[in-house]
Amino acid sequence: MMRSSQPLTGTNGRRCKEDEKLINATLRPGKRGYIIDTRSLNVAQQARAKGGGFEQEAHYPQWRRIHKCIERFNILQESLIKLVEACNDQSHNMDRWLSKLEASNWLTHIKEILTAACLAAQCIDREGASVLVHGTEGTDSTLQVTSLAQIILDPSCRTICGFESLVVREWLQAGHPFQQRCAQSAYSNSKQKWEAPVFLLFLDCVWQILRQFPCSFEFNEQFLIMLFEHAYASQFGTFLGNNENERSKLKLQQKTMSLWSWVNRSEELSKFQNPLFEANSLVIWPSVAPQSLQLWEGVFLRWNRPSKFLDEAQEEMINIIKYN
Amino acid sequence: VENVRLLDRLSSRKAALGTLYLTATHVIFVENVSETRKETWVLHSQISSIEKQATTATGCPLLIRCKNFQVIQLVIPQERDCHDVYISLIRLARPVKYEELYCFSFNPKLDKEEREQGWKLVDLNEEYNRMGIPNNYWQISDVNRDYGVCDSYPTEVYVPKSATAHIIVGSSKFRSRRRFPALSYYCKDNNASICRSSQPLSGFSARCLEDEQMLQAIRKANPGSDFIYVVDTRPKLNAMANRAAGKGYENEDNYSNIKFQFIGIENIHVMRNSLQKMLEVCELKSPSMSDFLWGLENSGWLKHIKAIMDAGIFIAKAVAEEGVSVLVHCSDGWDRTAQVCSVASLLLDPYYRTMKGFMVLIEKDWVSFGHKFNHRYGNLDGDPKEISPVIDQFIECVWQLMEQFPCAFEFNERFLIHIQHHIYSCQFGNFLCNSQKERRELKIQERTYSLWAHLWKNRADYLNPLYRSDHSQTQGTLRPQMAPCNFLYKFWSGMYNRFEKGLHPRQSVTDYLMAVKEETQQLEEELEALGERLANLQKSQLNDNKVKCKQQDRSKQLGLSTSDNSLANTPQEYSNDLKSFPSRSPSQGDEDDSALILTQDNLKSSDPDLSANSDQESGVEDLSCRSPSGGGCLPSEDSGKDSDEAVFLA
Repeated sequence: MMRSSQPLTGTNGRRCKEDEKLINATLRPGKRGYIIDTRSLNVAQQARAKGGGFEQEAHYPQWRRIHKCIERFNILQESLIKLVEACNDQSHNMDRWLSKLEASNWLTHIKEILTAACLAAQCIDREGASVLVHGTEGTDSTLQVTSLAQIILDPSCRTICGFESLVVREWLQAGHPFQQRCAQSAYSNSKQKWEAPVFLLFLDCVWQILRQFPCSFEFNEQFLIMLFEHAYASQFGTFLGNNENERSKLKLQQKTMSLWSWVNRSEELSKFQNPLFEANSLVIWPSVAPQSLQLWEGVFLRWNRPSKFLDEAQEEMINIIKYN
Repeated sequence: VENVRLLDRLSSRKAALGTLYLTATHVIFVENVSETRKETWVLHSQISSIEKQATTATGCPLLIRCKNFQVIQLVIPQERDCHDVYISLIRLARPVKYEELYCFSFNPKLDKEEREQGWKLVDLNEEYNRMGIPNNYWQISDVNRDYGVCDSYPTEVYVPKSATAHIIVGSSKFRSRRRFPALSYYCKDNNASICRSSQPLSGFSARCLEDEQMLQAIRKANPGSDFIYVVDTRPKLNAMANRAAGKGYENEDNYSNIKFQFIGIENIHVMRNSLQKMLEVCELKSPSMSDFLWGLENSGWLKHIKAIMDAGIFIAKAVAEEGVSVLVHCSDGWDRTAQVCSVASLLLDPYYRTMKGFMVLIEKDWVSFGHKFNHRYGNLDGDPKEISPVIDQFIECVWQLMEQFPCAFEFNERFLIHIQHHIYSCQFGNFLCNSQKERRELKIQERTYSLWAHLWKNRADYLNPLYRSDHSQTQGTLRPQMAPCNFLYKFWSGMYNRFEKGLHPRQSVTDYLMAVKEETQQLEEELEALGERLANLQKSQLNDNKVKCKQQDRSKQLGLSTSDNSLANTPQEYSNDLKSFPSRSPSQGDEDDSALILTQDNLKSSDPDLSANSDQESGVEDLSCRSPSGGGCLPSEDSGKDSDEAVFLA
């Protein structure tokens, strides 16, 4: 599976032999590949007017292109704001709850992202075909798809260590612009142009899969919530900056501490371990039916309702297993 | 009928070919595949509706919808056969006599004494004793011993000490269906009680001295409070409309020391429609998130669940926190009243959160108090306007509570689902007829078996591993919050999409923890046995060898801890395994659909299920270059190629 940004075909239908050679090199003998474009066909076509575009069949004959539309990042922030508003509504009124939830479109985004990731995973696992994923810049929806696909396909990504590596590889090193995207979150009065909860959506998708396969992950929900928090505000330098270049210029490695160095201490790690975890070597396919996707209470209703009873349940689970 | 195809509901490409059988009690589909010969059994009682759809090239489709939310789609090759099956099922699913029901032929091979014992498992007298009655304030009354006062009430009712027979009879004449105020729950800690009745026949201005005395008696039975709440669970408008018909609600001016309260829960017709709409949403093929959420909200279902819960919370608060007694009624006092009283009792008293206690609760507030099981759940063919998912809603309230208080209940989700299943299945006699009187006339206990005994026998399947009787969550009153953002009402896919395993979590936390607990217990027993052996060893001389052999045996038996990571992830076709459909012979009932346990032992055989959704939801349906709006392939440079869909369907 590879990721990139959009090819600059423009309105003239430019081609680039090197680019073709590069991605063709990943094709397995006798198999074709799939290009998963996270834009709708319309949007991809319109991109040509601005110098962008998509891979043309004539130039990439061994690749099938599939459009799996994931909403653009600038729409997502609005979604988050609406969702949080709906969640904070203290009225006892059940009447509009579901339509407010629906109006935020949050779960629709989750469904879209998971579906695209499952598709990518399916191409690899069932077809044995190589996959190239890209959107426009390759820094948002692209990363959601590639990282989730790996969680589906690769059991090592479901271990704590493996997941940390996944985040480092597919988000930090891949250049997801954390500083722009995770600037203010849902309550800010000023609407930042580049702000979007892309990483939170990714974590939410991971949580959805975790809920469906509660014994397949070494980490628990708290771990994901912790990562969400640190992406927005942190005493560690891990999520600072927009890419490795910036991090290097900021000399973060010398001036700040790494989140991982703290998380991986055994006394911290024990809080994030899933007592139900039983390592398996399976590919896990989540259901993306609306009935299977739920609101992530642990994040969105966290401050509204006592977690006491759920915490006690968690404790009980740990006790049962420890005692055994 | 041969060569019938059973379609997979979610993926209509997948169909099993087999033979369809109609028996006196079941519809049975047996797959042709010789190794498994998988069977699907459906009780006629479970059939809610049958739809004959337009004949296609492949045959005549027949859609069977069940009361337990199973949906079966058959394709019968010959139109003639299809019609015959259709007509037969219509008749079979609408029995006219009780004797046609399965419970009269069901034979679990128990002797007469075992059958009797089964019926004695739940004893309401014991229950009222447990509450602390009879005592200084409450007594048992036999005024209804021949059902002479109220034919939908039980022979034994509990009333305040100061309520004489005269008062009871007088009050009953002033109540719809003669359902006079009687005790549902008594809290011995503070003497507050929950009583239930039907609406008073007050019209605009009628009064009844005895009825007023009845309410006073209830108040006096609680010396800790100088008033009682009277809760009318109907919307105010409906209650007011009833006055024009000579019924209505209690006027605070006429009844001394009452505080009257409306808590609007909609009537059975609204609820019937609500469920219908929700099921339509469940049947949508590949709905978008919007379709689903809109559909769910439009049905109003969760709003109704919340209304029932809120009423229960109000009453529980009145009793536990204010120490005030409550009289609850609706119109006839057998639907909303039952729901609300049982929810309140459950919140108040941890006993009802145990398995046995829950059975007792249903016996008390639903069975003995004359909830019209026959009319509501269609044991016999009757008026479709009487059908309504009243007890289903109560059961869902319990599930919602279980989700918010995971340690508080001794039983698990499966327990609730199986109870719901059997309310409709008529395999057992507990939920037949409309009243205790009718059941005794039919001699139900001598001719059928009790569900409670059956469930109790299998209680290991129904335990909640997180329950500990000494846990704080299991003590005292449960206090759920009321705002939706504080108590999230979830869609219960385990019930309404029960048979679509692909939609549910593929690993069951409950089953995993139960397996761990079982292993722990085995280990403890082993430990004890070994301890004894050790003690014996120390007394005499024995071979080392013998001890070693014992230890090896143990590790083989307890497979939970042995890892088998050599299992390569082999993508497989999703094949309906035995666990997906009810597939038991009549003597065992057809409710078994044990959830998937993902222990290492099971991984090999259950692997296909994990790869399930690659063909269902994760991508196959939408692989072509379609635009998100669902239109056909847009003209583009791509139009010359094969559709992408073909690739994945091949």
